[in-house]
Amino acid sequence: MKRILILCLLMITAFPMVFAGGSKEAAEPTASSAAKTVLQFWTWRPEDTDFYNKQIALFEAQNPGIQVVQTAHKNTEYNTILTAALSGGSGPDVFQGRAYGGLATFADSHYLEPLEQWLPELKNYSASALLGATSPTDGKIYGSPAVSQTVFMYYNKSVYNELGLEIPRTWNALIANFEAMKKAGYLPLANGAKDGWTLETMLGGMGHAFYGANDFYNAVIKGETNFMDPRFIKMIEKMKSLTPYMPDLFMGVGYEDMRADFFNEIAGHIIAGSYEAGFFKAQNPDLDFDMFAIPGESASVPAYVSVYADMNFAMNAATKNKEASVKFLKFLSSREFGNAMISDLKMISSVPGVDAGDDAFIARVLELQKNATPFLFLVGFRYQQPTGSSLWQAAAQGVMAGTLTPAAAAKQIQDGIASYYKPFQK
Amino acid sequence: MNQKQLRQGAWITLFVTPGLIIVGVFILLPLFMSLYNSLFAWNQLLPIKFVGFANFKKLFTGYPYQVRFFNALGNNGKWFLTTMLLQNSLGLLFGYLLSRGIAGNRVFRRIFFIPVLFSIVAVGFLWSLYLKPSGLVNNFLEVINLGAFKHAWLGEEFFATPTLIMVNIWRWVGFPSLVFLAAIDGVPEECLEAAYLDGTGEWKLFWKVIFPLIIPAITIISVLTVIGSLNVFEQVYTMTGLDGAPNYSTDTIGTLFYRTAFGSVDAGSPEIGIGSAIGVIIYFLTFAVSLVSIHYTRSKEVQL
Repeated sequence: MKRILILCLLMITAFPMVFAGGSKEAAEPTASSAAKTVLQFWTWRPEDTDFYNKQIALFEAQNPGIQVVQTAHKNTEYNTILTAALSGGSGPDVFQGRAYGGLATFADSHYLEPLEQWLPELKNYSASALLGATSPTDGKIYGSPAVSQTVFMYYNKSVYNELGLEIPRTWNALIANFEAMKKAGYLPLANGAKDGWTLETMLGGMGHAFYGANDFYNAVIKGETNFMDPRFIKMIEKMKSLTPYMPDLFMGVGYEDMRADFFNEIAGHIIAGSYEAGFFKAQNPDLDFDMFAIPGESASVPAYVSVYADMNFAMNAATKNKEASVKFLKFLSSREFGNAMISDLKMISSVPGVDAGDDAFIARVLELQKNATPFLFLVGFRYQQPTGSSLWQAAAQGVMAGTLTPAAAAKQIQDGIASYYKPFQK
Repeated sequence: MNQKQLRQGAWITLFVTPGLIIVGVFILLPLFMSLYNSLFAWNQLLPIKFVGFANFKKLFTGYPYQVRFFNALGNNGKWFLTTMLLQNSLGLLFGYLLSRGIAGNRVFRRIFFIPVLFSIVAVGFLWSLYLKPSGLVNNFLEVINLGAFKHAWLGEEFFATPTLIMVNIWRWVGFPSLVFLAAIDGVPEECLEAAYLDGTGEWKLFWKVIFPLIIPAITIISVLTVIGSLNVFEQVYTMTGLDGAPNYSTDTIGTLFYRTAFGSVDAGSPEIGIGSAIGVIIYFLTFAVSLVSIHYTRSKEVQL
């Protein structure tokens, strides 16, 4: 009896070991690649896995001694997984890093390698692209800027042609277009409010038309004004006034539904980022769309779009393969890779000198970027908790649902940011 | 100590050690690490300075942590009260009905229990689809001519938390039903027969005989409800998101803890010190409330 017991115990302990051994063996590189340097590369874009595989194949052809293994994590869980890996002393060699505050978290914790010494070509990047890759703490650059995003209004060109509408030059003309669409049975504006962050996108699309774009941005960053500014409160009121043109029960309409309404041609407009264009095209190749900057009350004031740096390629400070990682980073910062991002992903590459001329969409975005303002909360107030973004998202949901007044929402945001933001504490 | 005792001791050690290691590494160690972490000021992911209980003070008195914490705790309270009242009463009712041998009770036992086996993430995802403005629930209301009652169930502050609780009750009611069923089945037949012979009605039989005898089961379910309500996380995370949207109306201390400690794309940089403080408070709250509820229900227990 005792022997059987001991045998059972032995088997129980041995069983997992056998399996652990098996999976380890599977993860080891095959004999042919044993001499290669293996780089781990992480992204938060599972939808772009094929694109990166294609690019990695190109890189590996140019660098036979290096093998790159791509792992894509879900966007919303990426930071947590990366934090756990890096603080545990492991993690990828090269990875997609967030911009602004998201980058600062890792940089200030010394998990990122400063890149200026490795990539001298960084000095050629635009200042606004580098801002998203620089830690405000020590001013060093920790990422190779990959893409910028632009927020504006997409519209369905076929519907515009069918109803004889024109790109609006004033806010009232925009509302008139909405009315015309509503009358014709189209949903004027696809945006919903279930996912708070889509309300921040909405702010990025239309807010600057009322709070006063760069003037307000620069003043609020310096603390010369704050979020109780009447212009900011008026902007919230204007956003609330769009609810009659949004879907039925818009408080329950999430990100996926609003995108579907637009690419299925149920809705005529959507306020969204430039990162959606590739997705729209993939879902409905027949969709004929274009974009415009949302105008303010007067046609004489230029209409703006919000712009932010979105992604950097960064290097783990603890990587044992620095040389190989730098090679891969240089590849990711090359003009060829930038051009591929434009042609395959429809993303606005931050690499200087990329060729956007052949792509009508990118050319149009670059044209709109001539009147650009920073994406307010993301660029300016995402460094500490509670971030401007999270405060805005919750408060805007309250306003849209009618449980908060615009003034109360503005106060909620102001008080939250003032709890740590020095220029507001003066 | 003789040879036999020594051998017995070795055997006991052999069987107890794996459990102790698991409890030690996965329960006690993280608890003490949280406590330790909560006593430091952090710069991003690195502890920089010992600050004593300053993080706890900030949580209870500083804006906006104080508002967020008590808002979240209030929502946990809603979860507890509603689950206790609705889910456990329903569980008791179902358990009782099933024990009375109603027609098809074997089929119902299984049907009630099936959702308990579903993955919580799958349930959250599917119910999010059903509860969309154009989803199953609203379409059903339309079909039965109750279109006026259509709502953005997960998008309106008033409905969001109750909706999440209802979904959770749907998923979990089978568990208390089964526990109560087993407890009622365990009531000695002679007690019931004696009561019947005395001419007791079904209502009185339940309250005077069955109920006092199943108090141990009620204790277990109550304690599990307390623990479950204080640890609500997955349901909120999968259905309304980490920010407890809309406008923090579904925020719980679980989501607040996660958001604060780990940060997120929108919520910003991690605040590990304050996050750990919330973690420690969750632990002590669960411990204290469980003790109170065990003590309270124990005092109602009767012995045959």
